[in-house]
Amino acid sequence: MSYQNPPTPPRKSATFDDYTLAEIRRAAATGIYDIRGGGSKRKLPHFDDLLFLGASISRYPLEGYRERCDTSVVLGTRFAKKPIHLKIPVTIAGMSFGALSGHAKEALGRGATLSGTSTTTGDGGMTDEERGHSDMLVYQYLPSRYGMNPKDLRRADAIEIVIGQGAKPGGGGMLLGQKISPRVAKMRNLPEGIDQRSACRHPDWTGPDDLEIKILELREITDWEKPIYVKIGGSRPYYDTALAVKAGADVVVLDGMQGGTAATQDVFIENVGQPILACIRPAVQALQELGMHRKVQLIVSGGIRNGADVAKALALGADAVAIGTAALVAIGDNDPKWEAEYAALGTTAGAYDDWHEGKDPAGITTQDPELMQRLDPVAAGRRLANYLKVMTLEAQTIARACGKNHLHNLEPEDLCALTLEASAMAQVPLAGTSWIPGKNPF
Amino acid sequence: MPVFDLSVTPLRELNQALHSIAPGANDTAFEVINPRGSHSVAVGIDSPVSVAVQGSVGYYCAGMNDGGAVTVHGSAGPGVAENMMSGTVVIEGDASQYAGATGRGGLLVIRGNAASRCGISMKGIDIVVEGSIGHMSAFMAQSGNLVVLGDAGEALGDSLYEARLFVRGTVKSLGADCIEKEMRPEHLAILDDLLAKAGVEGASAAEFKRYGSARTLYTFNIDNADAY
Repeated sequence: MSYQNPPTPPRKSATFDDYTLAEIRRAAATGIYDIRGGGSKRKLPHFDDLLFLGASISRYPLEGYRERCDTSVVLGTRFAKKPIHLKIPVTIAGMSFGALSGHAKEALGRGATLSGTSTTTGDGGMTDEERGHSDMLVYQYLPSRYGMNPKDLRRADAIEIVIGQGAKPGGGGMLLGQKISPRVAKMRNLPEGIDQRSACRHPDWTGPDDLEIKILELREITDWEKPIYVKIGGSRPYYDTALAVKAGADVVVLDGMQGGTAATQDVFIENVGQPILACIRPAVQALQELGMHRKVQLIVSGGIRNGADVAKALALGADAVAIGTAALVAIGDNDPKWEAEYAALGTTAGAYDDWHEGKDPAGITTQDPELMQRLDPVAAGRRLANYLKVMTLEAQTIARACGKNHLHNLEPEDLCALTLEASAMAQVPLAGTSWIPGKNPF
Repeated sequence: MPVFDLSVTPLRELNQALHSIAPGANDTAFEVINPRGSHSVAVGIDSPVSVAVQGSVGYYCAGMNDGGAVTVHGSAGPGVAENMMSGTVVIEGDASQYAGATGRGGLLVIRGNAASRCGISMKGIDIVVEGSIGHMSAFMAQSGNLVVLGDAGEALGDSLYEARLFVRGTVKSLGADCIEKEMRPEHLAILDDLLAKAGVEGASAAEFKRYGSARTLYTFNIDNADAY
């Protein structure tokens, strides 16, 4: 019997993995980068890497179902005559009519209203359905100014000046022609069926000094009634927060790279910006150094999925969170019941992200009249309200276990981190130690 | 006539008064004296008032004007008449950057020159500049008319959509997707009408050239990458 050397097993490259190879082939075949919706899909340090310590001998807990744990939050207490009073610290992030169907926007408004929280317009302006179904509606003031008019500005409950978003800090947008229905085109003053670029910079101001004057103008136009938010992507949270406060913001909205977009380049989503976990503490530090923590409220977003994420974001110093992707999932996005249709589109439920193509089987990210009808805005609104209720109950459960009678009383001292990365980013000790990388010696 | 002296009266009082005009009110002619470069003078007007500003203003004068007639007897800072909905704004002097930005309607007249990005992202406004305009004017302009009696700076009409640009003087350069277009009778009529409305004398529509979108960038195409 002759001896045979054992074969060398086939070994795939960790650098050139199957996904990377497929992308190279796709690029070579098509000559175009991949455009998609959603936020970063890569594995990032996130709230999962944090744990609450819970009560012990030195801290005592509150009784579940009996002792009160408040969840209310007031936004816009700095300058606005009419601040926004939310029952829960979870808001609905800005998403445009155009990117989303009218029914989807209505569902978000209904769900938010049932839950005592706010929803937010997006690029493309405010629709009557959205205003009518949203008790508290935040009006985004975007670089494109599509659909922007002073009448809608005045009938909003707050104004959010969008500087950037987590999925693409420094980037504009593109709504492809297939989603430009006659109504969308009219709202945006553009011909039907052409691709619509959304600018990345505001057309009439540049830099923080101008922003201060722009905020003054918006306050004067709305008679100082509306809270003015400034939304930034997670790029330089310390400086951007400080500059937003200096410019006169009532509220800073900070969006990490897990935050979704209707459509942009995959390379942008995955390679520009920081995860929300890395952004919160620098923003809070800026607020604290300026003596403005809790005076200028901080809303954070990007990958918030459940009540634990809410509690962790608030413990790190945020006043509220915003959800976008999770809200879409709650109303029916990527539902496995449409699996056959997702498969026909070359994808699968849970992975569908070609929102810009307007073929969403769930009828949410589309302007197709037939697909839109699949979403019942009343039932979808109820689902969103249920989901928001669960998130709130979960956050309360954790807060009570930490002995807090308001979600805002959660603090970094209630947390530890499972990984060095999360410990450094969240500036809480590595579990089992008192060590925070970069803060104190081991 | 209500007179607001901004050297002693807070800006807030002026704008609040302008927003509080009851329908059918008689006393709708306002005068603003000593503006001294104040920002946000006469912003958010939403009724057919007239405002005469005696002096120069800072940023965003007559911003979002909807129906008012505002005349600045001086020069205007950045963003004058930004996002105007309707009405008329006349600047007797020069205007700084972004004049008429994103305007949806109404008429903005600048008797002097306008700086860069005049008419940026305009969405239906008509702008008449008796002097010259700076670079990147009418960038991403969507609709409306920009009339320039003098010269235009670099990259006029870059990435523009359906706005019409009329220039009597020279154009230093055209931006991406902006081309000279044929001046047809309907364009001459539009121009004649705008010149008359703006009170411009001594200029004939026939002296202007028309510029507009080549529409080659309307649909995203990777082969256009070097055009941007």
